[in-house]
Amino acid sequence: MDGKIIVDVKGVSKTYEGGVEALQDVHLAVPPGRLTTFLGPSGCGKTTLLKIIAGLIEPTAGDVLVKGRRISGPGPERAFVFQDFALLPWANVLRNVAFGLELRGMPVPERHAVARTYIAEVGLAGFEESYPSQLSGGMRQRVGLARALAVDADILLMDEPFSSVDEQTRRKFQEDLLALLGHQRKTVIFVTHSIEEAVYLSDRIVLLSRRPGKVSRVIESNIDRSGSPDDIRRDRNYLDAVDEIWRTLKAYLP
Amino acid sequence: MLVFGAWEIAGRIPISLAFPTFGETVAALLALIADGSLIKAYASTLQPLLIGIAVSAVVGVAAGVGMGLSRSLEWLALPIFIILQAAPLAAIIPLITYIYGIGLTAKSLAVILLATPVVVMNAYKGIRNTDPSLIAMGRSFLGTRTQQILKIMIPHARGLIFAGLRLGLAMGFVGVVVAELLITPTGIGDLITYHGSVANYAEMYASIVSIVALAAVTIGALERVERRLFRATGAAA
Amino acid sequence: MTIFGWRIPLAASLAVWFLAWEAVGQAKLSMIVPPVSAVVVAGMELMPTQKFLSAAWITLTAFGTGLGLAIVVGIALGVLMARVPRVGDILGLWVNIFVSAPISALVPMLMAIVGIGQATVVVTVFLFAVFVIILDTEVGVRQASPSLLEMARSFGASRRQLYAKVLILAALPEILAGVRLGVIRGVKGVVIGQLLISIIGIGEMFELYSRNFLMEEFWALVILVFLFAFAVSESVAWLERRIEYYAGAR
Ligand SMILES: Nc1ncnc2c1ncn2[C@@H]1O[C@H](COP(=O)(O)OP(=O)(O)OP(=O)(O)O)[C@@H](O)[C@H]1O
Ligand SMILES: [Mg+2]
Repeated sequence: MDGKIIVDVKGVSKTYEGGVEALQDVHLAVPPGRLTTFLGPSGCGKTTLLKIIAGLIEPTAGDVLVKGRRISGPGPERAFVFQDFALLPWANVLRNVAFGLELRGMPVPERHAVARTYIAEVGLAGFEESYPSQLSGGMRQRVGLARALAVDADILLMDEPFSSVDEQTRRKFQEDLLALLGHQRKTVIFVTHSIEEAVYLSDRIVLLSRRPGKVSRVIESNIDRSGSPDDIRRDRNYLDAVDEIWRTLKAYLP
Repeated sequence: MLVFGAWEIAGRIPISLAFPTFGETVAALLALIADGSLIKAYASTLQPLLIGIAVSAVVGVAAGVGMGLSRSLEWLALPIFIILQAAPLAAIIPLITYIYGIGLTAKSLAVILLATPVVVMNAYKGIRNTDPSLIAMGRSFLGTRTQQILKIMIPHARGLIFAGLRLGLAMGFVGVVVAELLITPTGIGDLITYHGSVANYAEMYASIVSIVALAAVTIGALERVERRLFRATGAAA
Repeated sequence: MTIFGWRIPLAASLAVWFLAWEAVGQAKLSMIVPPVSAVVVAGMELMPTQKFLSAAWITLTAFGTGLGLAIVVGIALGVLMARVPRVGDILGLWVNIFVSAPISALVPMLMAIVGIGQATVVVTVFLFAVFVIILDTEVGVRQASPSLLEMARSFGASRRQLYAKVLILAALPEILAGVRLGVIRGVKGVVIGQLLISIIGIGEMFELYSRNFLMEEFWALVILVFLFAFAVSESVAWLERRIEYYAGAR
């Protein structure tokens, strides 16, 4: 096993029942401890690829190796953050955040203690007893994030987690996510179709081509992330990367 | 209030000999309660209703959940229940009364016959239409099949199952009333038929009002319970 | 369901049920279950008879008249209740009571007032069907988006146009859902009404066959009536699906 690769996608193809070819021979190596984004036009197969890595969908061909071992389904080292939140409407925030641990059979007091920590971590302290229907979209996604953090997986898989959230909330959320990852040391794979979001969050951006999805380029940017969020957004490297990606993606437009 | 007023006036005109005033009907209702005949009638009407509903609940929910979980059971049973739900099953009640006589069995069977299809269909829909994204979530957090059923599908279906039982009870009222009106010389149906046949129209109306009111109050109360239990958490169907 | 990779259509399972029925019937397990083949034969013989045709005709006219009245009155009252708050307040409670009340208990009363005959069956069908149509129409009209109404007004729509071109159409998905439920209840109403009166139409035949244990004819009649109920409710469902394209996009 190569110590610098935690997720290795080898020649993965996916053809859905009915003949839609979503992915074609995707090769990709994801380094540990960093945030990698998948960026590409709508319908190019980003969700499909992420769910294959999560073990939720079987690829038609090819393999996914996680920490050197071939996966055959979901595993405890990977946790998923869903685009539509996937919260249990009948359970309050506390139970939702603890749900992954509940499925593992952890006793109530322990799992509630863990859940409370992460609820505070994502900034939802005080909302433990609220139900999802009483929360805003941004707060619901924070619940989804806390649930994924609570099971303490090494790899977080996030499928457009901010797409149904307004722009201000989204920016705040991005900053909070970066701060959180600063002290959590996780590998994150993050799907988005916003160029700015991809460049702001990560220095390793995987561009997928239109359907059938293939890796068309991997862009590494060297953005200085020591400054404030606004400094980052004015950084030369940030602007150059946004420009370059836009030029590449324009080529795929019909 | 307005409606009761209109009833009183219509009864006084009178639009038909068989149309008592509101006042007369209320008086008759009180008299029926006082002489104990109403209470006796309900004792014999409510027993088969409760037995029937209990059987429908157990059998119907089990069948519906089974159909929601197993594709082959779904294939086998779904078309039948789709047809039964739209069918006038009351047509079979005369046969039941001719076979099982006029007792508790026939009445309970009439209730079961009418109430079960909607109980089954609601339980089935509740399980089958569980949000696929919640199922994927359960899988991604390594939930077993049992956990998926107990912690995701059943809680999701609870609201619809409860609603199915409420609708089943409404159908059960119809079943027991039709069975009693048709043949059985007992219960509230008999009270209605008897007073109708001897032209005690006020008493007949009072009996009808009592059963309609009982059904409305029970089902209305269940509806409120349902809203309290399931709507507050956004889990209502 | 799929077997060996082949998709077996859902309705094909009915064939399995009929086979099971045939087997039980042939084995003479129960007096009330004749073989389904004998039932079909009885049904074929029954259909062209004068008795069946006139019973079917009486039943269909009662059903059609009662349901037609229920649709007209139900939609009108539903719109009225949604648009005139006072009417909604007064009638709302009663509609809610009767939509789930056992209407069959009212039949003896109808027999006393209207007489023992066709008119009572028509009223029974009407009462079975009307309340759910009122309720769904009211919900549909109430839900019609206020911005749609403002749009119509801003383009100078008259009252008439507002109702005919916007409100009714906006509420059409709910109205049709109500009509479908009304149709199903109407079929139940016509059967229950005729059973309780027991001297006319299909109801009389049900009584007759079960009293004399003519099981083949009885089940043939049951199947015919069930098929009819399914066919009418499916045709309304088909209408519903045709307007589904905009039901989702309101
Ligand atoms: N279960 C499915 N069955 C058949 N086709 C599917 C299925 N899921 C996705 N597809 C198709 O596969 C292609 C890729 O879908 P996918 O959801 O992975 O795209 P995406 O990049 O995530 O798009 P978006 O940005 O809109 O979320 C699409 O054309 C989609 O229609
Ligand atoms: Mg997607």
